[in-house]
Amino acid sequence: MTKKKAISSRKLTSEDADQLHDISGVNVYACYQCGNCSASCPAVEFMDIPPHLVIRLAQLGFIDELIEAETPWICAACITCTVKCPRGVDIAKVMEGLRQIVLRRDFEHINIREIDKKLREKLPQIALIGNFRKTIL
Amino acid sequence: MKRIGVFVCHCGINIAATVDIESVVKDLEDYPGVVLVQDYKYMCSDPGQNIIKEKIKSERLDGIVVAACSPTLHENTFRLTCKTVGMNPYSCEIANIREQCSWVHKNKDEATLKAKLIIRSIVEKALLDEELEPVQVPVIRKALVLGGGIAGIQAALSIANSGYEVILVEKQSSIGGRMAQLSETFPTLDCSQCILTPKMVDVAQHEKIRLMTYSELEDISGFVGNFKVKIRQKAKYVDWDKCTGCGLCIEKCPKKAPSEFDQGLEKRKAVFTPFPQAVPNKPVIDHENCTYFKTGKCQLCKIVCSFDAVDFDETETFVEEEVGAIVVATGYDVYPVLNMDEYGSGKLPDVIDGLTFERILSSSGPTGGEVRRPSDGTVPKEIVFIKCVGSRDPEHHFPYCSKICCMYTTKHAMLYKHRVHDGQPYIFYMDVRAGGKGYEEFYQRAQEEDNVIFLRGKVSKVYQDDDKVVVCGIDTIYGRNVEIRADMVVLAMAIRPSKGVEELTRLLKIAIDQNGFLTEAHPKLRPVESLSAGIYLAGCAQAPKDIPDTVAQASATASMVSNLFSQEYLLHDPLITGVNEDLCSGCGVCVSVCPYDARKLNKEEGIVEVNEVLCEGCGSCSAACPSGAAQQKNFTDTQLSNMVKAILSE
Amino acid sequence: MQVSYYPGCTLKTNAKNFETSALAVLDRLGVTAQELEDWYCCGVCFSQASDNLMQQIAPIRTLVKAKESGNPQLLTLCTMCYNTLKRSVEFIKADEEKLETIHKFMDREATRFYGDEVDVIDVLSLIKQIGLDKLKEAVVKKVKNLKIASYYGCMLLRPKEIAIDSPDDPSIMEDIILASGCENVYFPFRTECCGSYQIVNEPDIVKTRAKKIIGSALKNGADLMVILCPLCYYNLDEVQAEIRKEDPRFQTLPVLYITQLLALLLGLDLDIHDFSLHSVDPRPVLKRKGLL
Repeated sequence: MTKKKAISSRKLTSEDADQLHDISGVNVYACYQCGNCSASCPAVEFMDIPPHLVIRLAQLGFIDELIEAETPWICAACITCTVKCPRGVDIAKVMEGLRQIVLRRDFEHINIREIDKKLREKLPQIALIGNFRKTIL
Repeated sequence: MKRIGVFVCHCGINIAATVDIESVVKDLEDYPGVVLVQDYKYMCSDPGQNIIKEKIKSERLDGIVVAACSPTLHENTFRLTCKTVGMNPYSCEIANIREQCSWVHKNKDEATLKAKLIIRSIVEKALLDEELEPVQVPVIRKALVLGGGIAGIQAALSIANSGYEVILVEKQSSIGGRMAQLSETFPTLDCSQCILTPKMVDVAQHEKIRLMTYSELEDISGFVGNFKVKIRQKAKYVDWDKCTGCGLCIEKCPKKAPSEFDQGLEKRKAVFTPFPQAVPNKPVIDHENCTYFKTGKCQLCKIVCSFDAVDFDETETFVEEEVGAIVVATGYDVYPVLNMDEYGSGKLPDVIDGLTFERILSSSGPTGGEVRRPSDGTVPKEIVFIKCVGSRDPEHHFPYCSKICCMYTTKHAMLYKHRVHDGQPYIFYMDVRAGGKGYEEFYQRAQEEDNVIFLRGKVSKVYQDDDKVVVCGIDTIYGRNVEIRADMVVLAMAIRPSKGVEELTRLLKIAIDQNGFLTEAHPKLRPVESLSAGIYLAGCAQAPKDIPDTVAQASATASMVSNLFSQEYLLHDPLITGVNEDLCSGCGVCVSVCPYDARKLNKEEGIVEVNEVLCEGCGSCSAACPSGAAQQKNFTDTQLSNMVKAILSE
Repeated sequence: MQVSYYPGCTLKTNAKNFETSALAVLDRLGVTAQELEDWYCCGVCFSQASDNLMQQIAPIRTLVKAKESGNPQLLTLCTMCYNTLKRSVEFIKADEEKLETIHKFMDREATRFYGDEVDVIDVLSLIKQIGLDKLKEAVVKKVKNLKIASYYGCMLLRPKEIAIDSPDDPSIMEDIILASGCENVYFPFRTECCGSYQIVNEPDIVKTRAKKIIGSALKNGADLMVILCPLCYYNLDEVQAEIRKEDPRFQTLPVLYITQLLALLLGLDLDIHDFSLHSVDPRPVLKRKGLL
């Protein structure tokens, strides 16, 4: 059984958030947790952390948990969350920032060779290139 | 040369921590014209003021300079101090060494030098100050109240009860405003009309109140205590002197139009009163919808009227009045649902705003208080209320909180449950703001006793699916999306200043804020005055507020008006800009720059004349005048130039 | 009237029928779309990282070519291209410093692009610009009761800086459909994402989305769905066939590029359609409605 970590003041003032801020250019502290991003997200049911909690964790400095999360890789950059946000928080850019933090460390999130050859030939280029742009540095 | 005394305040450590008081005192002692320099911990305190009084007498001072905080705070204090010992108040000057010096600097040496220079320059000003007397203006003790909702009604009654005359102007044909449309009011659930209509009748019967409905302010001139107003009464096509309010014309009128009072849920006739308890209870003919005005045929109303009151030739009329004060109580509108693209853009019949739901709940409403949805008249078994629609959304709509929605939505859910026992109300909310007397208890009651389900989160989308309205939202507390197939949705739309208020504020020359609400003179200390003297604010025109707050504010406004009317004369600051007739060439430049219409060109004499009461002493004309004829009292060119020299001399 | 035209990769392969039908429709409406002599892949997904300038270079290069072509407007058919090019324009307009840096990598370009010289336009806006009346006049096949579900997808509506219509309640496709003589079917998921490039490694997302989108259009009585994006096209057409394989009860709905439908209504050469590219065959319903 794993214990849940309490939020400590060390976390709340964490410098981890700086890199996310630098890459995304987003001030996550404007978020007031209305949840519209999650309510409108077309892929939220596939995510381990819904978008509004991604922003909440970013506010609390839990970047380490966020870069382990599946959510940024489920996000398809449809920008619905950003358009919906009443406070102008560009959630899609935060997702991109999280992907970039991982990719700048690991270079790739998927293995191209593992994509089914038949599928690869059938898919339109924009599907492949779009995917690679988001999952490979 | 004058004998000037300088009094330097420490303001505790506010000034003394950053400005070396001792050094300042020493520096000023030798300054030409200064015969005394005295410092004290708190100059504004009683002992501080006593020092000033004693020194004025003992040192036979002609003028004083108090080096302390901003003149907006204590100038009046020290001028009154001078007055009590026989010194002309305008011989007292303030050198601001706190806000403009100690508070904004860190380096003590630099701040000390700056304080010295500020005080020296003010000494230069004091040396050439004239003794002045305030300008006296008589007050017309009659008020004009614009808007006949609960704010205007309360203000009018309160002013009238103080014994002053009131003209109450209302745009609609009846007073009552939004409050007349409401069902029951939170947190006590008393019937809105039942508590409002007695006040409406009081207005109609009050001997001091002249009620002018179906009217609007057309023009205004003048100034505090002496406004001239022109009021336009729109053509009613019914002679209200002859009309008895029998209602036969309404009964016989064959033409229907959507009822504004019932939010379009019900029809009214082309000749109509907005609601049965209207005050005055006399109908008007709606020109837009009347068959006779469209086709030249019908006239049924005229035929059936036994009092010959219908007059199709009636035109608008104008009334001119003089008043001393104006209260702006023009109220609010509800932000239209059609602005909410994600909630169906107003195209879904069972997605309505809160005010429309008030009419459905109201026992005098189209369903007699039974909850029935607009599309098919069935009783909704699941109903969703969404709060903060258009409010708290700086990105798409308005940044502010509309304040009343938390409570009225809770009330809506409660009243729904009282009428539909097997129904389920849901409220989507982001925060519950229940900060009024009895409000939190009311909210808890809705949770505990009426089983209202509160879901914390926003709704991203509402759409029609068969005969259901699907609501897609979230409960952020649990972190899961929520989808409710509801029968009806009520949106707590943002509150907006009522239509036309912008034009009105241009006419009145009063300010509105970035959201269109009227700006008060000071957000805390002068909450019911506008920045234009003699014009006051009440109700939702100033900011969203509920009925208790509106009544409290309107009473405060009335008290300010009574305050004004209790004086026989108004005293106007004499620091105005006159005209030196020998120097004035009549070029008129000053007339064009004056924001207060205080200056007029006398073409015959070829000079400019000044209305001293209108002049606010802003100095625009002084700056613009090419010949130096426009000199502001105690801010003459010579004084200003000496002040600048004093600062630059270091 | 002449506009420059940027095809992008997919229009030359999987979405050939989109290109041929669109160019034929525009030609009939009096617009010549002149393909850029030289163009590059736009990158598909606009980089949302504020510090990733490399990914802005390809779109800006293409925009330089467009500027050199002399036409004030650059037409994109693929909505992902529209989104990427248009956002790149907004990106450099908002930040001069970054534009300078990008210019440093443009060593082969003689022209500099500053953002306002070329207006990137999508085909819907272009048709609206030509005039819905003109479209109405050009229609030669009058159809009765052909109910069309217009699917917008994401890339024309979001983010709002580049949106061609209201992100939540757009009407431009419906306006065009109405002018072309068909009936509109409103369905609530017409602006919701199809799952996009997640088809590559998270196909379940796309299947879930496709079921919801197609199901809702069918429920509201659609005969056909029209779309604009070759990726949406794959996700909604090809994936329907896959869903059908897994669930034989799944009801399918033919999907066409909106320009294919317009081409049929304008009576243009049928060769441009290449219906063999469709996995849900639209021919039966088109025949039934008298368009074939």
